[in-house]
Parts: sequence; C-alpha cells; structure tokens
Amino acid sequence: MRRYEVVFILAPTLTEEEVEQQVASYVSAAEAVGAQVVSVDQWGKRQLAYPIKKHTEGYYVILTIEEPSADAVAELERRFKVSDLVIRFLSIRVDEDLKRARKLEEKREARQRSRLRARMTERVHAASSEQSRGPVSPDVESFSDETGASEFGDEEREESEEAKESADAGRE
Amino acid sequence: MVRRRKKYCKSCASRTVIDYKDVKFLSQFITESGKIIPRRTSGNCAPCQRKITTAIKRARHLALLPFVRQ
Repeated sequence: MRRYEVVFILAPTLTEEEVEQQVASYVSAAEAVGAQVVSVDQWGKRQLAYPIKKHTEGYYVILTIEEPSADAVAELERRFKVSDLVIRFLSIRVDEDLKRARKLEEKREARQRSRLRARMTERVHAASSEQSRGPVSPDVESFSDETGASEFGDEEREESEEAKESADAGRE
Repeated sequence: MVRRRKKYCKSCASRTVIDYKDVKFLSQFITESGKIIPRRTSGNCAPCQRKITTAIKRARHLALLPFVRQ
C-alpha cells in the first residue's frame, strides 16, 4: 500500500460551509476511486509567504491517503487543476520516508539498550574489583536520561568512559 | 573553520524525518533574505542538506516559506 500526502490551499474567500463542502467532495472523490483517506488535517486560514492569485491568506488542507496505486491522487490533482477555488496543491508519496524513519527509530532504541547493558555490566565489574573509587555515584538515573536527541552526549560520554578505563589500567 | 574534531550533523541527531511542513525547523536553514544556507555554514551532512533543500523548495511552493524576503 502506498501512502500519499496531498496538500491543497483553498481561497480564503470561502465560508465555513463552502470549505466543508469542498473538503468533503474531495474526500469522497478519493474514496470513490478506492483509496482510503487516513486523515484530514485542516490547518485553517494561514498567512501566505507571498501573494498567490492576489490572495495573501489561504485555507490549508492536508489529506493522507492510502491506496495501492496513484489513481485517487491523479483524480484529485485533475480536479484541483480545474477548480478555481484551489489556488495551490502538492501531492507527495511518503511510504518510503516513513519506513526509513521507523528503521532509524528502531536502530536508535536498539543502540541505547545495548549501551545501557554495556555500562551496567562494566560498572558492576569496576565496583567489585576496586573497593574505594572516589566519586562513584550510583548514577542509574543518568542512564534513563539518554534520549535519541542527545547523540552528542552519547559520544562524549563514551569518550570519557574510555579515558576512565585507560586511567584505571594505568593505575594497575 | 568547520569540520574539526568529529563534528556531528545536528539535523541527523535531532530528527528522524525532515518534513516540508515543519516551517520552524526549516527556517533555521534560510537566511534573512530567504536564501538557503550553504552546507559549509550550516554544518549539515550531505544527505541532510539534500533533504532540507527539497523540503524548503516544497515549502516555498506551498507559500510556507518565501522565495525572496526584503
């Protein structure tokens, strides 16, 4: 199944009802061709970065559609082109991007889990081999601080781990 | 000078998906006049820079970002 994002901008001169009618007509058009409309996100009126067809604002709507081919998307685009009320549109295929994003997330979680395990076992060994080690803080809490965003923090902490280990080896 | 001591790509670290709809994120990578910031200044890695560039261009098409600003 392919997933598409279809964004379109309606002229700001429409009333609430007209907007709803338009959105509903496009949704049913997509469904009529056999696609599944996963979500309808209406951003409402928004300032445009530059005037389009003399308008300075637009009503943004984004549809997420699932279908095995591009039929619904093609049909929607055909209608957008003809309509005078749709002043801009853009359709994009997103399934590959989402797949990649999920893979990265999984890799990140796997990496964090293995790092946690490595550090826990290493600290257990260090604690058992040497009695007093000065500032050995029971920083189990610090492990849970690791988030995907702190990639820098992870690498820096690894470097300091290595420095500590070489220092310990020097001491022996 | 950039690219000393293992510089990391901040975009790679902070996001899994670079989205043309994320105006706040993308506006970090355009200048005052709306131009796209080059990689040697922004510090992005090549793949991120490419994705950011296409996202910016899409956002411009949808009037979420300007083409030019005075």
